[in-house]
Amino acid sequence: MIELDRVSKAYGGRTVVDNLSLAVPQGAFCVLLGPSGCGKSTTLRMINRLIECDSGAIRLGGEDVRAVAPEILRRRIGYVIQSNGLFPHWRIADNIATVPRLLHWERDRIEARVDELLALLHLDPVAYRDKFPHQLSGGEQQRVGVARALAADPELLLMDEPFAAVDPITRDALQGEIARIHRETGKTILFVTHDIEEALRLATLIAILDKGKLAQLGTPLDIVENPQSDFVRDFVGAQGIGLKLLSVRKVAERMRPGEAAEGEPIVAEASLAEALGQMTERRCDRLPVVDATGRVLGSVLLADLVR
Amino acid sequence: MMRATLKSSLLWVILLFAFLLLDMPRFGPVFGWAFPGVQPEVFDRASFIEMFWSHLTLVAMASTAATLVGVGLAIFVTRPAGRDFRTMVNVAATIGQTFPPAAVLALAVPALGFGPRPTAVALFLYGLLPIVENSIAGIEGVPDAVRDAASGMGLSRWQVLREVELPLAAPVILAGIRVSVTIGIGTATIGSAVGALTLGTPVFDGLAGNKFPYVIQGAMLVALFAILTDLLFARLVRALAPPG
Repeated sequence: MIELDRVSKAYGGRTVVDNLSLAVPQGAFCVLLGPSGCGKSTTLRMINRLIECDSGAIRLGGEDVRAVAPEILRRRIGYVIQSNGLFPHWRIADNIATVPRLLHWERDRIEARVDELLALLHLDPVAYRDKFPHQLSGGEQQRVGVARALAADPELLLMDEPFAAVDPITRDALQGEIARIHRETGKTILFVTHDIEEALRLATLIAILDKGKLAQLGTPLDIVENPQSDFVRDFVGAQGIGLKLLSVRKVAERMRPGEAAEGEPIVAEASLAEALGQMTERRCDRLPVVDATGRVLGSVLLADLVR
Repeated sequence: MMRATLKSSLLWVILLFAFLLLDMPRFGPVFGWAFPGVQPEVFDRASFIEMFWSHLTLVAMASTAATLVGVGLAIFVTRPAGRDFRTMVNVAATIGQTFPPAAVLALAVPALGFGPRPTAVALFLYGLLPIVENSIAGIEGVPDAVRDAASGMGLSRWQVLREVELPLAAPVILAGIRVSVTIGIGTATIGSAVGALTLGTPVFDGLAGNKFPYVIQGAMLVALFAILTDLLFARLVRALAPPG
């Protein structure tokens, strides 16, 4: 889907992105993770050509991004940034309609799409359409930012620390939303963050960057279980590694199919950490497991979590 | 609705201004009583309407030119290509402002002759700074995140300018134009010293001929003209204010 081929970028002699190669498959939720200054934002912005790379090539669906005019390219790529960047003088509906208008969609189609997206982001279309950004809370603004990026059904979504500026509770809700949207739409998402917990929660693929180089590429489980360098080990956090493992493994992996249990069930997609939390809270050592539709699949035991 | 209209100072200023403009001679006896010995009591070398129209045209032309050039320069120096010229443009506009308008007139007359033309040049130079400065401040005041999001979503440079930067900067730009025009209305009176017909003409005639009523008549109308314009701008600012 996206392919970075030996991409480099330097500013005034300082190399920010150093000979970086990375391939992200269709439908992946790839998180670019690293400390500030590791070149992750620069990498992201080179994909939609807000920054031009010095050398190497970036291909989107096999096509070199430089083969297309930047404006045309960007209308095919959703873009969400930390401080949402909503246009303060436009209504929410107009903000979301930005790219469809640039693409000259018909008015009816735009209106229908705006309402559909507001509903997707759990914002009531009737209540929010005609509001202005400053009338919304930070979390709501960020939801609109995501809706705007999805408006023209882009092939790829670029997200630059989108949830870094909101409070922890809102962030948690927004992370849940974007995970759900990824599941429902199957969009390829490239997501920049410095927050390891966020990366472990959302990613199907994590690329850890260090000084503009790729330090490790792997699934969240890979990264936590087999850090390939001291840098990765330190960054993922040598302390509390067990808890991190619990948060990247799913209940489904440890479930005993067909065994019944009493009480409030937990979904198979939940992490082991969530299951542990539930057990601690309810002072029990056994939870029934259900699928997303509520069908009983089996149960999970406390001992299974640490097996 | 009616009450609101009556309470607005704009309405009263318009009525007073129109009344004085059209019917100044009616106050002849008042001026005659206050300043005995001045004949005629009311300035009559040109009609007040005629002077107002000429004054208005002069300021309108100079301010339109200053707005076009000022906003244009501000747009230019806030583009990547023009960034290097930002300081230069600012210095040039400041120098234009520092020159006393009388000095600009004195320099412009030999080149352009007497009449409205040197006045228009002086007004233009004098009115440029507030517009340039405010337009630059307005455009630079657009949050980087908004600009970044706009280009990131595929607006062309021209679309970013027209649909995002200028509308967001409009209130600040307009404030600059408002200052520039209001100052220009006052400054234009000096043009009468070099033969431009303005509401300052009675003022200069009155000063030269020791006919104080003429000074009052001209000064009153210039002041009301400036106040009226400022109030109209206030209306416009409110109409363009960011929604919500």
